[in-house]
Amino acid sequence: MKASASLPLPIDGASALRSGSESGMRGRFGAAVLLLSVLLTPAYAVQPDEVLKDPVLEHRAREISAELRCLVCQNQSIDDSDAPLAKDLRLIVRERLEKGDSDKSVLDYVVARYGEFVLLRPVFAPHTLLLWLTPVLAVLLGGFGIWRLARRRVPATGRSLSAAEEAEVAALLRRE
Amino acid sequence: MIVETGHFALALALAISLVQMVMPIWAARSGDPALRQIASQAALGAFACILFAFAALTYAHVTSDFSVQNVVENSHTQKPLIYKISGVWGNHEGSMLLWVLILTLFGACVAAAKNSVPPRLRANTLGVQGLITFVFVLFIITTSNPFSRVIPAPLEGNDLNPLLQDVGLAIHPPLLYIGYVGFSISFAFAVAALIDGRIDAVWARAVRPWTLTAWSFLTLGIAMGSYWAYYELGWGGWWFWDPVENASLMPWIAGTALLHSTVVMEKRDALKVWTVLLAILTFSLSLIGTFLVRSGVITSVHSFATDPTRGVFILAILILFIGGSLTLFAWRAPLLRQGGLFAPISREGALVLNNLFLVAGCATVLVGTLYPLLLEMLTGEKITVGPPFFNSTFVPLAIPLLLIVPAGQALAWKRGDVLAAAQRLFAALALALVVGFGVLALTWGGPVMAPVGIGLGVYLLIGSALEIVSRARGYGSSRARSLGQIGRRAIGLPRSAWGTALAHAGVGVVVLGIAAQGWAAEGLATLKPGQSLTTGPYTATLERVAPRKGPNYEEAAAYLTIRTRAGDEVGQVETGKRFYPSRKMAVTESGLLTIGVSQVYASLGEIGQDGSVGLRLYYKPLVLLIWLGAVVMAAGGGLSLTDRRMRVGAPAKAKARPLPNAVPAE
Repeated sequence: MKASASLPLPIDGASALRSGSESGMRGRFGAAVLLLSVLLTPAYAVQPDEVLKDPVLEHRAREISAELRCLVCQNQSIDDSDAPLAKDLRLIVRERLEKGDSDKSVLDYVVARYGEFVLLRPVFAPHTLLLWLTPVLAVLLGGFGIWRLARRRVPATGRSLSAAEEAEVAALLRRE
Repeated sequence: MIVETGHFALALALAISLVQMVMPIWAARSGDPALRQIASQAALGAFACILFAFAALTYAHVTSDFSVQNVVENSHTQKPLIYKISGVWGNHEGSMLLWVLILTLFGACVAAAKNSVPPRLRANTLGVQGLITFVFVLFIITTSNPFSRVIPAPLEGNDLNPLLQDVGLAIHPPLLYIGYVGFSISFAFAVAALIDGRIDAVWARAVRPWTLTAWSFLTLGIAMGSYWAYYELGWGGWWFWDPVENASLMPWIAGTALLHSTVVMEKRDALKVWTVLLAILTFSLSLIGTFLVRSGVITSVHSFATDPTRGVFILAILILFIGGSLTLFAWRAPLLRQGGLFAPISREGALVLNNLFLVAGCATVLVGTLYPLLLEMLTGEKITVGPPFFNSTFVPLAIPLLLIVPAGQALAWKRGDVLAAAQRLFAALALALVVGFGVLALTWGGPVMAPVGIGLGVYLLIGSALEIVSRARGYGSSRARSLGQIGRRAIGLPRSAWGTALAHAGVGVVVLGIAAQGWAAEGLATLKPGQSLTTGPYTATLERVAPRKGPNYEEAAAYLTIRTRAGDEVGQVETGKRFYPSRKMAVTESGLLTIGVSQVYASLGEIGQDGSVGLRLYYKPLVLLIWLGAVVMAAGGGLSLTDRRMRVGAPAKAKARPLPNAVPAE
């Protein structure tokens, strides 16, 4: 489970209605209140009217959207988010694509405006070096450790079981 | 009155856990083994107390006792009974109480498992367990008391977060916690071994059922959480690499590694120190997960409430347990006698590689989850590490890992023969290639990785079937001659062999489900009643939109009819938007139509003034395999647990096998 950005949103819609619901209007008015609240609920992820006519361009827009973070949400891409800011970003992405930008220059444009924080895939740079190298380093270090272990000479097992251990083994064997 | 008694029981548990912690140490000092017995009784007593406290809190929730702060904040008189009960752990205080309840339950089980654990190991393990209980009960009493009263008592509660008002909440946290907390037993065993300064195959055998239990439940818990997020959050994703998901994934990966290294230790007397370290790390990751979720360092629906005091306390707990156990490890591990070695080409060699890739994957998830936090603390730079990062780093580590699975099973212990193993795997490899290329040809022009994934899934499935066949067939002179003989021998194989094969097959099923998402389709449209939207092979027609009323919410529901492209009706789907007046929140309820193991997923968007609605329609081929596969994996774990070697107080086996550590190492 993760937090949905829909959490903070309906509050706008609902707060406008608060006086109504607090004065105990329920039942028949409920449906009206509900419909109204839904009407006031802001945009919901990608809207039908946002979709570009050119399917190739739209596909690229979706791919780029999945790389961009919704800045006011918790770890959601703008493609998944229904926050107004995410909608703005989706529109910017589509606008740039229609102007003929490449995928990279669209991303660069958004980063220039909102900073590196907006990228869900961090750039490969000195400050993210450790992050990106972790998988490689882990495999290499682990592999080196295993190589050392496998090469180790077999030490003669000099110590035999102590009397107490023998007894314990015997007891366990009997029970088995 | 019941609430006060519950509160008192909690305090009593604190005192009892102190006894449970101190007695084994005292017993070791005084040399009086009778004192050890007290640890067992204390463990049972602590469990009884926490159980009573938990029952008292549940009583307060069910009876809507609004003089209790916790009930006011999370309940409502009109909430359905099931959510009144699950609401007990749908908040910070209650969930910590559930955490401790499961902790003491495991402690009580260890205390009751008289025959499977040697007495000294049991007493020390219970002592460590007592320390964990003590610290966490102290945490609850001082910072997160669920029994706090409020005066004057309000007439109505604030209700539970609507996102949590779901059957998912009734099942997901208990399963997850049994997993998380179950690893505390492996941890306690490891620390007990370090205190004792000795470790052997008996230890491995004693710890394995507990690890397996924890692992199976964690598998189910993660799968359950993933399915819950899938249908509740309304955009059809099943894994988001959210920090909170990562928090549960990390102990799972480490626990998987631990399970496999314990096998090597039991069979080959190797990897002792490594296994102890893994046991410590697995529980440490569970604690880090608890810290991430509970401290509010990462705010999400999981953190319920954030409070800096709690964060500091949990951080102190982390330092105590992780720092303490690692220090103990550094001090005592050199005393542990290093056992047998392994040849690179052997089953234990393959299991070591399994550990390598699992731990590398775990490290990647850990660093990826904490990196933004640490970077901001150190340099002030803000970056985001999201799904694209994890997908491009974790998947390349997972693929070789999955390729090794059947290979490891095809290799013999001690000295494997690559050629013989390859021969044995030939059928799996050939079939996987045929299926993979076949699917690729059939779906030419579609995604390329999806057929690769399907091939991998088939390879894993056939590979696990071959595990059973090759074990039943036997080797050398005892090789089975006929199919009937193989069948008879297969039935006679130990249940742990079947469990292993089943769990590995489950991995294959998961891989198939994930791979098939490459062909998932998504449609998006604004519809008026009577209009249709086509996604993949299905068409949804909007019949009507109507308001309806739930017990504590109002809902606008869209009724859809799903048809095939040819026009045959497949079923009905309802999707809605619910509004909870008590919390002033709206939640999307997705509508699902299950066709075989595939699903059509509908999600309602904006409702326009002219009666039109925004609709998202997904086609998710074979998507249920993702979670069914996880259930198969957990079932494999469960089946292994019923193996006579693991059963508590199992009846004696006619033919006693020599203990692995009694055999001199090569």
